[in-house]
Amino acid sequence: MTRGCFIRRRSRIMNDEWKEMYNKPPEPVAQHTGPLLFYTELVIDHFTNPRNVGEIENPDGEAVVGDPACGDQMKVSIKLCGNRITDIKFKSYGCPGAIATSSMMTEMAKGKTIEEALELTDDDVIMALEGIPERKKHCSLMGITGLRGAIEDFLRKGMVKPGKTNEKSVS
Amino acid sequence: MKRVYLDHNATTPLDQRVLEAMQPYLGEYFGNASSLHYYGRRAQQALEASRAQAAKLIGAQPDEIIFTSGGTESDNMALRGIAYYKGSGHIITSSVEHHAVLRTCGILAGNDFSVTYLPVDRQGLVDPDEVKRSIRRDTILISVMLANNETGVIEPIPEIGLIARERGIPFHCDAVQAMGKMPVDVGALHVDLLSLSAHKIYGPKGVGALFVKNGTNLSPLITGGHHERGLRAGTENVPAIVGFARALEIAADELDIYRVQVLHLRNKLESNLLTGIEGVTLHSARADRLPHTSCMGFASVEAESILLHLDLKGIAASSGSACTTGEPEPSHVLTTMDVPPEIAQGTIRFSLGRENTEEEIAYTGEVLKAAVSQLRAISFPWQEAGKRIAITGGMNF
Repeated sequence: MTRGCFIRRRSRIMNDEWKEMYNKPPEPVAQHTGPLLFYTELVIDHFTNPRNVGEIENPDGEAVVGDPACGDQMKVSIKLCGNRITDIKFKSYGCPGAIATSSMMTEMAKGKTIEEALELTDDDVIMALEGIPERKKHCSLMGITGLRGAIEDFLRKGMVKPGKTNEKSVS
Repeated sequence: MKRVYLDHNATTPLDQRVLEAMQPYLGEYFGNASSLHYYGRRAQQALEASRAQAAKLIGAQPDEIIFTSGGTESDNMALRGIAYYKGSGHIITSSVEHHAVLRTCGILAGNDFSVTYLPVDRQGLVDPDEVKRSIRRDTILISVMLANNETGVIEPIPEIGLIARERGIPFHCDAVQAMGKMPVDVGALHVDLLSLSAHKIYGPKGVGALFVKNGTNLSPLITGGHHERGLRAGTENVPAIVGFARALEIAADELDIYRVQVLHLRNKLESNLLTGIEGVTLHSARADRLPHTSCMGFASVEAESILLHLDLKGIAASSGSACTTGEPEPSHVLTTMDVPPEIAQGTIRFSLGRENTEEEIAYTGEVLKAAVSQLRAISFPWQEAGKRIAITGGMNF
């Protein structure tokens, strides 16, 4: 191969590289990004002292979400009085963002009615934590997914056979 | 706060003696090594003395050393340099290389080159026979690292080098992590190209070298003046190069510190954690490893959570996997080694250095034990499956 050929080839390689880099869609502008690299004091606080950790015995609803192979898994259990969440507990395996947002989610969901709790979003949790780093935003989804899963579990149990949860708890 | 630095595979602090060697070239001897006048000659003398020094320390000739901006550039220069010179062909590398090699191979693979990524065994070792079997008639380059940056495992480079030499195929070796922690001699390793970096051996950042054995042809990536035998244009970074040569000299002189003192501390940390915490996996435990690197998986806790606990107590380490994207991917090195994802996700790398003390290692052990037990107390999978992993995981990897 001649030298000229080589130079042409190389410039093509370079062009393709740049194309690939510039063809990526821009990252969407985030609303509550928090500090770019560091966690807020509140996130650190919820990470080092997570609230409502554990499992409720004979819960009215519970859910396990996430996959340990992907680095996060969480269990949420709830207790209700009528339509209101009177107690909520979680156990979580994940990064600091996942643990802190799960902890904050339980604080926010406690005392809310099912309708109010279902309206909570991951953005609400992030706002309450005064932001989390942009690259950690996806981690905050787990807490809300777990909460919705536990509520759905409660509603499902109720629909199949009213009072079944009570029977179970007796046995 | 007490600070303990255990991330020397990321970078090292600048050695005071290196700084002293560099200072005159940041000050009064500021000349351009290409200039004919006094200032230029002073810089030129320092540059060539550094080149001779670096060459001597790895068993090379001075004209076989090309100074670069660091390990990544050296890897790019070796791979692209050979590839562009040949125009097309087949490249063999391992699947546990640094991204500087893997991503460069990935780009070449999309442009008239084909790449074979060699698998590794559970210890992270490349099989030299596999290299032999992968060689094709159009193989133009073999590239395997000397020691892995995550696990510290030492690859069988002399054996692979002999295979490459027999077939007349250029052999590149990334020795960035190995340098200063084990003897590195280009003759004994049978390599044609060898990448080095200064900031991993207490030298300055932004400088490294590529050893290019005489008779090995490669195309330059950075063109311009006639610097570095026309292979790497641009005014030489004389102060950094002087610092690099001094750092190499100190690393060679003080190799025994790694072989004895650092190895002792590393083993102490490992035995402390393996006996003090349940469900800990020591990666590459059964292979030869660099004396300062320890890569350990903690079942059912996530690596970044451990790192944050350590950081809050002043301890700096790093993780193989990083939860930075939508789908957190464990490290490619651990995945290739068949480490189960739930252990890979909780893997921490400790890389010790000359300045670490017994007290620091004991403190790290205590903090780590507390962090892992705190995280496991709230970990759902630990409660469910952790015990099972603890029993079957053990030292199996």
